[in-house]
Amino acid sequence: MLFYHFGKYILMLKSIFRKPEKFSIYKNEIFREMVSIGLGSLGIISIISVFIGGVTTVQTAFQLISDFIPKSIIGGITRDSTILELSPTVCSLVLAGKIGSSIASEIGTMRVTEQIDALEIMGINAPGYLILPKLLGGVIMIPLLVVIAIFLSITGGYVSGVVSGALTASEFIQGLTTGFVPFIFLVAMIKALIFAFIITTVSAYQGFYTKGGALEVGQSSTKAVVISCIAILISDYLIAQLLL
Amino acid sequence: MIEVKDIYKSFGDNEVLRGISAQFKPGVTSLIIGSSGSGKTTLMKNMVGLHEPDSGSVSYDGRDFTSMDMKERISIRKEIGMLFQGAALFDSMNVEKNIRFPLDMFTDQSKAEKLDRVNFVLERVNLAGKNKLYPSELSGGMKKRVGIARAIAMRPKYLFCDEPNSGLDPKSSILIDELIKEITEEYDITTVVVTHDMNSVMGIGEHILFLHQGKKWWEGSNKEITSTDNKELNEFVFATKLMETLLKK
Repeated sequence: MLFYHFGKYILMLKSIFRKPEKFSIYKNEIFREMVSIGLGSLGIISIISVFIGGVTTVQTAFQLISDFIPKSIIGGITRDSTILELSPTVCSLVLAGKIGSSIASEIGTMRVTEQIDALEIMGINAPGYLILPKLLGGVIMIPLLVVIAIFLSITGGYVSGVVSGALTASEFIQGLTTGFVPFIFLVAMIKALIFAFIITTVSAYQGFYTKGGALEVGQSSTKAVVISCIAILISDYLIAQLLL
Repeated sequence: MIEVKDIYKSFGDNEVLRGISAQFKPGVTSLIIGSSGSGKTTLMKNMVGLHEPDSGSVSYDGRDFTSMDMKERISIRKEIGMLFQGAALFDSMNVEKNIRFPLDMFTDQSKAEKLDRVNFVLERVNLAGKNKLYPSELSGGMKKRVGIARAIAMRPKYLFCDEPNSGLDPKSSILIDELIKEITEEYDITTVVVTHDMNSVMGIGEHILFLHQGKKWWEGSNKEITSTDNKELNEFVFATKLMETLLKK
């Protein structure tokens, strides 16, 4: 069963990348998806990121009560854990819930109301027209959202650290600027790209092959989120293992 | 002309179509009728390529559709218009964009030319001026008419209608039927309508195919349908009290 779905998923990916019927229409759709995915998720990503950064700083400070460890290290730990793990992974898990369910239910509804059949009858490559703009919108916007999330998390960490008195502003800045390895930012971007691909294509797959009615659209939407989250966590481990 | 030859189709153990052959001529409204589960919609879906027949062939003016690859099929599909049971209008687009969509995709016409065509087909289905309404703002009958307008926007050679009257009141139903018949004759389109509506059968059924248990059980016209001694067809035709009463009179 797993191989059946995997094979079907690969065939769907193949049909997504078929030559577009008219590039100008696809271009408009890509911009529309970029706005929907990027701007539409900015609010929730901002709120989550600020609090993740804040919590990371406060909890790290709580665990590092020792006279032998300089407090500035809290800034370094907040920076590295935010860039490497928290921003790309936690944001992607949240986006899997927000964007993934939206993609699966949108495409699933189109399937059960015969709108996808209508596209196919017109001679349009339905997977390409419906999924490619979402995929490109996702792989362009999700890494940008992750960059914003990294910035806001570190800001949140700085504010919470200073406000709670866990460390001073200069200690946080010192920790932030000491021993930074730029490669971890590259790893974060690779993660964001792969997670974006997973969220958009897995959700689109679930929606595109929905059968039945409203109940099944809901089920597809739930499956899209669950499978995307599991796939994100597995690939997170694999990327860490391969690149670090 | 559309020709189907010896079409078989099963879903698992359920044999839905069992060797159906028929011809559908241009300028004639052909109706595929039969009770629920008789294979009407499956036959239509096999004809347009939404399902693949297990065996048999479908050809459009001599071009064998079933043996074509996707690229060749797309060229045939550009000649096909289809009205779906629920109209299948794109929810995110207004009426104008819905109708303009195939023109945007497949023609290099200017915006003004496309708008002219949209307005022309909207007028043809008596919905002039409704360009900016969204599908959620339309009644069932209006949705079907927009569906027809979208189907004929590309000047199709073949028109398929899946249960065009379902969910409509008798008056709207007659309007849709008349529209389909007029368009078929006016543009010399090969039209195939799947229905179980007896009003449609009596109103526009120039050529009727009655399916029963996945087989072609009877073929004829609305003039012959009430005088046949085919038992299953009579059970279908006279299932409504109205038909029985009218014929007794």
